[in-house]
Amino acid sequence: MSDSARAEISEVEKKRQRWRSRRGLLELDLVITRFLAQHYDALTPDQFAAYVELLDWPDNDLLDLVNEKCDVDAPHLAEIVAMLRRV
Amino acid sequence: MSVPVRHFDAVIVGAGGAGMRAALQLSEAGLKTAVLSKVFPTRSHTVAAQGGVSASLGNSEADHWHWHMYDTVKGSDWLGDQDAIEFMCREAPNVVVELEHFGMPFDRNEDGTIYQRPFGGHMSNFGEKPVRRACAAADRTGHAMLHALYQRNVRANTHFFVEWMALDLVRDSEGRVQGVVAMEMETSEIYVFQAKATLFATGGAGRIYSSSTNAFINTGDGLGMAARAGIPLEDMEFWQFHPTGVAGAGVLITEGVRGEGGILRNAQGERFMERYAPNAKDLASRDVVSRAMVTEINEGRGCGPAKDHVLLDITHLDPNVIMSKLPGIREISIKFAGVDPIKAPIPVVPTCHYQMGGIPTNYKGEVVVEDKVVEGFYAAGECACASVHGANRLGTNSLLDLLVFGKSSGNTMIDYIKSQPKSLPELATADVDRALARVARFDNQTSGVEVDAARSAMQRTMQAHCGVFRFKDMLQQGVTKILEVEEMVKKTFIHDKSKVWNTARVEALELENLIEVAKATMISANNRTESRGAHVRDDAPDTAETPNGRDDKNWLKHTLWYRDDNRLEYKPVNLKPLTVETIALKTRSY
Repeated sequence: MSDSARAEISEVEKKRQRWRSRRGLLELDLVITRFLAQHYDALTPDQFAAYVELLDWPDNDLLDLVNEKCDVDAPHLAEIVAMLRRV
Repeated sequence: MSVPVRHFDAVIVGAGGAGMRAALQLSEAGLKTAVLSKVFPTRSHTVAAQGGVSASLGNSEADHWHWHMYDTVKGSDWLGDQDAIEFMCREAPNVVVELEHFGMPFDRNEDGTIYQRPFGGHMSNFGEKPVRRACAAADRTGHAMLHALYQRNVRANTHFFVEWMALDLVRDSEGRVQGVVAMEMETSEIYVFQAKATLFATGGAGRIYSSSTNAFINTGDGLGMAARAGIPLEDMEFWQFHPTGVAGAGVLITEGVRGEGGILRNAQGERFMERYAPNAKDLASRDVVSRAMVTEINEGRGCGPAKDHVLLDITHLDPNVIMSKLPGIREISIKFAGVDPIKAPIPVVPTCHYQMGGIPTNYKGEVVVEDKVVEGFYAAGECACASVHGANRLGTNSLLDLLVFGKSSGNTMIDYIKSQPKSLPELATADVDRALARVARFDNQTSGVEVDAARSAMQRTMQAHCGVFRFKDMLQQGVTKILEVEEMVKKTFIHDKSKVWNTARVEALELENLIEVAKATMISANNRTESRGAHVRDDAPDTAETPNGRDDKNWLKHTLWYRDDNRLEYKPVNLKPLTVETIALKTRSY
């Protein structure tokens, strides 16, 4: 776990990443809107860090991941990926 | 006014394909170029373009730019300006090969040349038979294009201002454009970006409709800013729709679903296409299917509590066929419609996809108002109207538009910047004050209309009154309604008054841009009493003089909507190409 993940999630950071949740693809906007409504405020620091990491992915790759067209071999992302796939 | 000012040779708003192609031209010419973007450049909506980019390379079979030009004029239903269309189609092979040299990973033939595939409306020998003209990078053409252009811009030292929102254009007392007022989202600090030349490349505004394939960022910011600065918007009644998007979401359901036996049904469960197209039924053309769907909804036979959509039924198909022939449809339906199409029909509605109109420009990217160039102001891409798409766009011509007009506006800007005195003139402040006042209203206003409520009223009004198929009385009511929605937008307020990453403020400002586009669209559509391209009216008679409702005698002209008094003016279509003969008017049929 990184230091940033160990710390509390700051409100500023949450607001920054909420804006970064706006994507170039409508399908991702729709999935992420639901994810934010259902889970965002309750994310643990580890989950939040994983989400931020996924936001750095290119839109098409992230959509393929959400649509289960590909998988990622990174245990620390598995929980958030599962949440994004379920919403 | 006490706003910090940053100085550049050129400022570009928008970092999609058009903005980055223009920026590259400017930066590589050694000019100090700022690019402002609400989101990271590679997450611009260009990323959603899958189909490809057209160019008459002739890698697979004989092709010619003149044939491409013919197809584009015909596709535009003769509303496209033939000088701009000739320019685009002639330039196409150059900009595509250039992009290849920038590192774009195009699909290739065995001999190493760019692989080309056929695409609807692209034909050889002036409409004779389909031709392979589309160049693609798998199904990620837009994505690959953004990455190639971004990398190249970084190398050329383009100054990116990411997560900045432009608020308003700055014009001096003589109308020359001096730059933009912009807000840094992280801090809500407001700056002026003063430059010798300003380009808008802000994309489309498909979010004016409740059902749209556009990402949430597509809020027509450039169009709103231009309209507030007194620039008219051209041909805004023309929007491309797809017949079947998931109702309430906008995600497209491929037309292949009907090809595999999918049936459209109304609230009574009736297979209504039997009435509209007794032979082809659900396999009728896009126009016919869209028209039937809207008529059903309009006559009260729509489904759901708001009776605002119809159903696409594949429950009678073998689940194995659904899984094998229509991969992904079940997932899309479950995820975005909340129904498993094996068990229940999918709610669908005609869905807005692409904006043909925009800020009036010529093929050099210069903004032109009343035959005069607006000094220092340029536009390219979906926010601009050159006009190459006219009343309807051919597939793969949008990515081409970005490349050709991004580059040409960059070149025109370079010439203009070099013709100007080295130091920038004194900054005019009236427009800066207006932008500050817009933001201050949201800081001060503590009650009124919720932004979500006003946006949703706008989207519902546009979808119901000015969708894919239009009715006279609905349009007339729509004008009244959208002006009422405008009053709501003027009274919007936000709860969050904070400065840091205030997304609510951004969304409130975006809505002020969307409503300008919505008004322009409704008012322009209400006034154009013919059918042409994507603007199709129930009351436009199909006669010998007006085939398919197209009335060239009265309506072969571009609409210009002015924000100040919702005035409409018209200007002639340029039917004179640069070097070849006019492509003569004909009835458009495929």
